[in-house]
Amino acid sequence: MSESLLSIKNLSVEFKTELGKVNALNEVSFDVPRNSITAVVGESGSGKSVTSNAILRLLPDTAQISGEIILNPQGEDPLNITSLDERDPRMQNLRGGLVSMVFQEPMTALSPVHRIGDQVAEAVLCHRDVSPEVAMAEAATMLEQVGLTEVDKKIRMYPFEFSGGMRQRVVIAMALICHPQLLICDEPTTALDVTIQAEILVLIKSLQRKLNNSVLFITHDLGVVAQIADRVVVMYDGQVMESGSVRQVLKNPQHPYTRHLLASIPGAVTDSGSQLHAANWSDGAPIGAGTFLADAEEGRQVREFSQ
Amino acid sequence: MRKYVLRRLLGMIPTLAIISILVFTVIQLPEGDIVTSTLDRLSATGVDLSDERIQNLRAQYNLDQPLFVQYLAWIGNFITGDMGFSYLYAQPVNELVWERLGYTLLITVCALLFTWLLALPIGIYSAVRQYSIADYGFTTIGLIGLATPNFLIALILMYLGYTWFGLSFGGLFSPEFLNTPWSWARFVDMLAHLWIPVVVIGTSGMAITMRLMRANLLDELKKPYVITARAKGVPPLKLLLKYPVRIAINPFISTIGLLLPALLSGEAIVGVVLNLPTTGPLLVQSLITQDMYLAGSLIMLLSVLTVVGMLLSDLLLAWVDPRVRYERA
Repeated sequence: MSESLLSIKNLSVEFKTELGKVNALNEVSFDVPRNSITAVVGESGSGKSVTSNAILRLLPDTAQISGEIILNPQGEDPLNITSLDERDPRMQNLRGGLVSMVFQEPMTALSPVHRIGDQVAEAVLCHRDVSPEVAMAEAATMLEQVGLTEVDKKIRMYPFEFSGGMRQRVVIAMALICHPQLLICDEPTTALDVTIQAEILVLIKSLQRKLNNSVLFITHDLGVVAQIADRVVVMYDGQVMESGSVRQVLKNPQHPYTRHLLASIPGAVTDSGSQLHAANWSDGAPIGAGTFLADAEEGRQVREFSQ
Repeated sequence: MRKYVLRRLLGMIPTLAIISILVFTVIQLPEGDIVTSTLDRLSATGVDLSDERIQNLRAQYNLDQPLFVQYLAWIGNFITGDMGFSYLYAQPVNELVWERLGYTLLITVCALLFTWLLALPIGIYSAVRQYSIADYGFTTIGLIGLATPNFLIALILMYLGYTWFGLSFGGLFSPEFLNTPWSWARFVDMLAHLWIPVVVIGTSGMAITMRLMRANLLDELKKPYVITARAKGVPPLKLLLKYPVRIAINPFISTIGLLLPALLSGEAIVGVVLNLPTTGPLLVQSLITQDMYLAGSLIMLLSVLTVVGMLLSDLLLAWVDPRVRYERA
């Protein structure tokens, strides 16, 4: 099998809002190869999360999807995710079985009233015909693999008794327990302390090597990309700016936006050896204006950089 | 947890003590007492009593004592289980109250279950199908139920039942079962009458319960843990019931205690209209005639029920929500 595990072709997503249609994704195309980590990087609103949610069809009903998301799972028929119906049994298999997801907010991603062990074991019960005891034993094993200690005690505890880092480990265990071929991580370290961030990144990378799956890693942090990813997709304003291997894109960015993004890392030195200087402050926009505030302050935006 | 229950039980003592003082004060507030209201009735029929007789009556009922002595006598006996003597019915309050209290609780609990069994599923449906025609339809019906006074619904039902079916909906029993001992036939007869007050009292809480469930569930549906569960492949219906509904329902459990007084006072008027053998009509009558021991004891009993109901609903909440349980451990 030479084709990529996941191939996204001309994916567009529109949201119907009260103010009309908002174009969140515009003809996005990229591939996620097997047994590797692909990072999608971009600023807020660039469409990273919409892309990842579209893969699991987790977008709200107001979203209109066009284009193709083709999954080529090993040992199973290829699947066009965009054409699946919500009630299709293949949908249940896709979610959590073939593809699973780790979310940004570990503090709220777990149900507050269900025990840790039950929540992890439920993923097993949803996809395989095993007894609850077997599922619970597998959950315990998986929780050990993601680095929790005293698992026998912890599976009976509730999420609010856990720290953020521990909860994110639980979410990762929950995502990996059915051995998905693709793990999507949507900014999994953004809400965590810096020290915990590094631990979680190392965990995701080592588990990817161990389980031989693919990871689609959504982040806004180029430092994280350099640390973890094999390939990178740079997104801006719902479009793919550039994609390629991490080495190639970070060392020799082709697109001006990628160069700006690299230059925006504090302390980073660009190829020309000089640091970024902002030039041409423009696009003044009033901030704080409204019915009750007469005086609006003007905020300005950097439009161009000298390099 | 045991400590928490004990602390709550001890906390009930001052609460109930304050309630008892308030109850006693409020009952004493209107001019006059049972003797003056009896005299009014007697003089209306042309009978006049001598001042001496009146003094004797007052002394007989302890009404010549200072207020705090009257209060202490009343509450002291109440604690030992003697609720005093009803002047109006010329019977011990204990004999009057217990059976009626039983019927009141029965009707109230049935009304609560009726409200929940209908309103919670409708609320869930309205949230899942937000802004659908059915959502608007249920909301409209619910608001009509909220806006219409209970007794009016009772009157309309009685009128319709009488004109269309020739049925009399008053009371809890048909005349032939009124004073017979309990039997299966009597029980069935009671069920045939019971649904009217249950529906009438239950309708008032319907709209609020429905809208609250809808709002709670809409909040929960947006929470990340719901998306996590979807992403791990939990089937839609199971997901809805196991995660967001489970959490959205908690506030209802914690407000059972608050609902009780509302249902009880709603029941009072409906009880009068429908001629029910409950505490409501008894309470209204005793307040009008300033039958102090009866009125005071009834209100105290209902207060005790409410306070105990609050504790029970808090314990239930701790049972279903681990976060509450650990906070109070």
